[in-house]
Amino acid sequence: MNKHHRVPSNRTLSSVEVKSKFGAEFRRFSLDRSKPGRFDEFYGLLQHVHRIPNVDLLVGYADVHGDLLPINNNDNYHKAISVASPLLRLFLQRKEEADYSAFGTDSLTRPKKTVLAAVLLRPDANRKKPPVIISLPRDFRPVSSIIDVDILPETHRRVRLYKHGQEKPLGFYIRDGSSVRVTPQGLEKVPGIFISRMVPGGLAESTGLLAVNDEVLEVNGIEVQGKSLDQVTDMMIANSHNLIVTVKPANQRNNIIRSSGGGGGGGAASGSSGRSSDSGASFYGYFTPGAAIATTPAHIIQNFHPEELESDEDDEDLVIEADGEALPIPRAASASCSMPSLPRYEPHLNLRSTANGALASSTGSLSTVSTPDRGLEGRSLEEDGTLITL
Amino acid sequence: MKRFRRHGQESQRERIKQELYGFNKTVEHGFPHQPSALGFSPSLQLLAIGTRSGAIKLYGGPGVEFMGLHDENAAVTQVHFLPHQVELVTLLDDNSLHMWTLRAHHGVSELLEIGRFTLTGPPGAPPSVTRVTAVLAHSSGDLLLLGTEGGHVFIVKVPGFRELEERNISLEKVTNSVPEEYGGRRSLEHVESLQENPVNPRQVLIGYGRGLMVVWDLDSQSAVKHIPATQQLESVWWTEDGGHVLSSHSDGSYCRWKVAGDDPQSEQEKSEVPYGHFPCKAISKIIQLPTEQGPPFLFLSGGMPRASYGDRHCISVIHSKTHVALDFTSRIIDFFVIRDGPDHTGEPSALVVLVEEELVVIDLQTEGWPVIQTPYLVPLHCSAITCSHHVSAIPLKLWERVLSAGALQNTHYSKKPWPMTGGQNLAPDPPQRDLLLTGHEDGTVRFWDASGVCLYPMYKLSTAGVFLTDSDPNDNLNQGTEGEWPPFRKVQGVGVGCFDPYSDDPRLGIQKIHLCKYSGYLTVAGTAGQILVLELNDEAAEQTVEATVADLLQGQEGFRWKGHTRLEVREEPVTFPPGFQPFALVQCQPPAVVTALTLHSEWKLVTFGTSHGFGLYDYQQKNNVLVRCTLNPSDQLAMEGPLSRVKSIKKSLRQSFRRIRRSRVSLRKHHVNNAAKLQQANARLEAELAEMELAPVQRKIEPRSPDDSFTGLVRTLYFADTFLSDSSHNTPSLWAGTNGGSVFAYQLRLPPVERRGEDPVTAHPAKEIQLMHRAPVVGILVLDGHGSPLPEPLEVAHDLARSPDMQGSHSLLVISEEQFKVFTLPKVSAKMKLKLTAIDGSRVRRVGVAWFGSTRTDDYGESGLTVLTNQGDLHVVSLPGVKLQVQYPCIRREDVSGIASCVFTKHGQGFYLISPSEFERFSLSARCVVEPRSLVEVSSQTPSSTLPRAPPDGASVEPVLQEIQKSLEVDQTVLCRDSIVCVFATGRSWRMGRVLSLEGRC
Repeated sequence: MNKHHRVPSNRTLSSVEVKSKFGAEFRRFSLDRSKPGRFDEFYGLLQHVHRIPNVDLLVGYADVHGDLLPINNNDNYHKAISVASPLLRLFLQRKEEADYSAFGTDSLTRPKKTVLAAVLLRPDANRKKPPVIISLPRDFRPVSSIIDVDILPETHRRVRLYKHGQEKPLGFYIRDGSSVRVTPQGLEKVPGIFISRMVPGGLAESTGLLAVNDEVLEVNGIEVQGKSLDQVTDMMIANSHNLIVTVKPANQRNNIIRSSGGGGGGGAASGSSGRSSDSGASFYGYFTPGAAIATTPAHIIQNFHPEELESDEDDEDLVIEADGEALPIPRAASASCSMPSLPRYEPHLNLRSTANGALASSTGSLSTVSTPDRGLEGRSLEEDGTLITL
Repeated sequence: MKRFRRHGQESQRERIKQELYGFNKTVEHGFPHQPSALGFSPSLQLLAIGTRSGAIKLYGGPGVEFMGLHDENAAVTQVHFLPHQVELVTLLDDNSLHMWTLRAHHGVSELLEIGRFTLTGPPGAPPSVTRVTAVLAHSSGDLLLLGTEGGHVFIVKVPGFRELEERNISLEKVTNSVPEEYGGRRSLEHVESLQENPVNPRQVLIGYGRGLMVVWDLDSQSAVKHIPATQQLESVWWTEDGGHVLSSHSDGSYCRWKVAGDDPQSEQEKSEVPYGHFPCKAISKIIQLPTEQGPPFLFLSGGMPRASYGDRHCISVIHSKTHVALDFTSRIIDFFVIRDGPDHTGEPSALVVLVEEELVVIDLQTEGWPVIQTPYLVPLHCSAITCSHHVSAIPLKLWERVLSAGALQNTHYSKKPWPMTGGQNLAPDPPQRDLLLTGHEDGTVRFWDASGVCLYPMYKLSTAGVFLTDSDPNDNLNQGTEGEWPPFRKVQGVGVGCFDPYSDDPRLGIQKIHLCKYSGYLTVAGTAGQILVLELNDEAAEQTVEATVADLLQGQEGFRWKGHTRLEVREEPVTFPPGFQPFALVQCQPPAVVTALTLHSEWKLVTFGTSHGFGLYDYQQKNNVLVRCTLNPSDQLAMEGPLSRVKSIKKSLRQSFRRIRRSRVSLRKHHVNNAAKLQQANARLEAELAEMELAPVQRKIEPRSPDDSFTGLVRTLYFADTFLSDSSHNTPSLWAGTNGGSVFAYQLRLPPVERRGEDPVTAHPAKEIQLMHRAPVVGILVLDGHGSPLPEPLEVAHDLARSPDMQGSHSLLVISEEQFKVFTLPKVSAKMKLKLTAIDGSRVRRVGVAWFGSTRTDDYGESGLTVLTNQGDLHVVSLPGVKLQVQYPCIRREDVSGIASCVFTKHGQGFYLISPSEFERFSLSARCVVEPRSLVEVSSQTPSSTLPRAPPDGASVEPVLQEIQKSLEVDQTVLCRDSIVCVFATGRSWRMGRVLSLEGRC
């Protein structure tokens, strides 16, 4: 552990700034990105720097999207180190006080709710490390979900794609086409918008929820009928950070069949009871028993309205003040992520433009725009997506 | 209870909205696109122009304008006013005849279509029998003679379009009444011309295509005389005394025939080929008018020697010894001559020529026959319009100075007043002086008086003189040499060199204009990155224009500019005529097209932007204050040169062909007798072509990325005196918005006024905002403590605006193509927003700030944003609340150039191009409407007054329309005698019917 020196002056890319928070206390140190070491070494280091040698800890970190994700094995530890840029923010909790619901999507910003933790991350009793640690579903970030199963006709599917600013492209194309509708006058051919192409490896393809020749009916709750291809394109791009597409799949065999009879009362009406009629489908539902029993309705968007989408989910405009600090706008006041920058670590912030910089100084700050410390997304909508595709 | 009250508030808001906003397309400025017919009523003093798109436009005295549109999308081929009446008849390409009238209503005339008619022949007859080729509106006012392709003349009673079958002049009747050798053997061909005997209205002259002309007596229904011309007939003119007939022919000759006397066969008195010897083109129209003393005026159109001048568009005017061939720049549609005197039978005073691209009026009573400047129908498109800029409420002083500068440019025009005087212009005087500036491809800026209904040219500024260009501007001024035959004289209408679509150097094109109306400073920027700052000077001055280079790349690596080179500046002093004279020049490097430009005359700063960055120029000290590169290093397209979007398909086609050619060449070379290879290549090409054609249009759904092309393109620049860094001190600031959704704010430090000339102006970066949706920023605006937009520079100093509220907190409005977003200042945090694209898929194309006055009270008004979307819809968005107020469809979404050309005024009006030569004016304001209001009355007897009055309101409109609909379905004409169509349109009601109402609010 001695190899982890605190080298605050080292500003090269090979080191990772670490800011660790336990209770109200902060510790700062840095790690060598190329040689992060093992998780248990790291765990010991944390206990050491916080001077809590005998406290069992749950270690979490804020990823680039602002999600609180756990560090509990070598793999996710290495992942955390590799994605940290430039700062790795850690949140330590006593294991006995741990709030597991904090982990997952939007976890840092979501209003806290006491959710029954059905499965513990690492059972207290078992001090011996199991050889493989299986993460909770909520440790993963959903990339897509089927929503509003209960209110849509069975032939339709409402798919939500989570872009999360990741590298992966949304990856689909749309085209004009025509579909046949049943009208009082009989069958009628009406113009429609269809998915024309999927980009291999794109988000849309990887979810398996959209396919070529699916007809697009709505974009974020707004009907596309009567709109031109360009209009629909612009609507989708404008909503691309949180795209909800209602489609009529070309292949109707994989539709979700609602359980008939309403056996479970409210539970049956919720999307959680939906399952694929085709077990060989390219996605599978992953839900924990506890969640299925207790928390379903709250976690599924029921009857969402466009106004809800008007929430600040895209209000992450970045403002760079003259002194070079990049702040995501709406989050500026939020305590959960705004870090009171300690004076002695100032050199870490490589964002400072030269004072009174006349012409050239701004070029330096331009670079910060392209690699924004985007902070954490605020999202008032919440759903853990009982149907998660991995 | 609460809900009830809220409902009350909402309905009150609705009422206020109605008082503030109203959408009208009010008037079309400029020259009609593709005119196809000309008509003139001497008694009404109105001229009518029909267009290929089926529009009919009437013009009288300045400000007297009417417009109508035929339902049929067919070209208007002929327009004829009924003599001494307010009706006119149009003939369309589809062989339908339409009756229009000018009906007074509430003291304002409206142009209405009141009937339509299609000639029906006997059953089984070929369509040529009834295909109308000549129309004569008989001076009795109730007869229409229709000559047809089949050679028959049908007589129709108007205004009801009742066929008088028994009086028709069939070809047989004519051939029977002329000697065998003229009538018989060969067909007489179509009726080319119908002319009434000026002294005996019962006689008409029928001219047949083959040449034979027959004088027909309407009473005796027999041929009185025949004129045995043998050349293909083009046009006929009956001289005023009734004694002679002039005929013009396809071989370029014209003949004079004596028709007086009793001899049934006329004698040829004279035959002449004016441009003779070699074969000539046809003389398509001939007019001869007497003068009180001396020889008559003879007007001939065409007739040029085919080989040497066959491509000229000429009208020859011959009067005594004077013979001039007026040489027009575009095809002649038609012409007529206006005559003096109370009955319009006196001396010819003006020749009115409609050519394809302009209307030219020539003063025949002034020595040298100068051109009279037209008050309307100005050829906006002399050189293609590249941008426009509107300035409202011009101070009188600047107005007069611009006018006087313009007057010096127009000395070659006739001093005579506009000869067309029809109608009374009842429109109130415009409340203010408005200026519309259009930038053109040839580097000129034209100043138009846009205050009222007539768009009137005031002044023309040319920027080409500053630069060295290939051609000498004096080149095209060389007039015809002495003794040349034909005696050509170049005729161009408004402005020198009027319609000239080919500009010398595309780099001269004007892209952005900004005029400060208080100081008279003007800045214009062009295609090759040139920014000129100009000052209004009443004296001519000789000066050198200093050029400053702004290197926008700032040392960016890996750059290869493949576009045009910078314009070369003339180094020697240049003499500039009175008017706007350039005194400073900035040239961007690379010389990319300037995409944003703003002038602050109080601070004496100009800011400009291109696809590479933006700069700030101090025009007092003539130096660059700031240059900022916004280029994304990975943006290869912006690095390489001008935008080119049509490259790919062309390129791939070319490559395919090249590949094939190569394979063919190789086949030949190696004598490989293997046709399979060639076939293969062909198949591949076919497949590629098929793919190109059949591949459905598809759109990629991908969020914008910072690496997209042209993210660095500067879309908008804005100066504001606001609280940029702290909330207690306001400072000057500069704001720039880019295509990639970035906003850059700079704090400016200006030296005190007394040291303004020496101490440097400095700019410090203060803020950068990156909109996460990355849509192009098209507008930036700072709202003061009251939520009103900051006033323009010098506006407060001139006591023309309330000084902004500096006590309350300012806010920043960033308008992207997708959203309107309000932020607080100085700490930038989002306050509210209006999403446009996410909701309805439309994007902001044009945005302006406007003041909307209430129609109810003079003292109430609101500021708002006027917005044009890519769907062609107009929106008004309230300030500072950014709420959508109203929405009107305005331009077809396919009309990309129309949408791109839109310019808003500060009072809720706007202009956009409906054709390269026409601006449509529209109004979003309920109070501020500029539209023609004019009255046309017949001075003498008014047969139409016997018609019942129009219904007092629109109540009976509906049944009337239905009735019309019914009558239209039975392809029979109906004159709505009993039910006058009277649709009150607050604008053009094309969809409602063949009705154009030029009546505004009552």
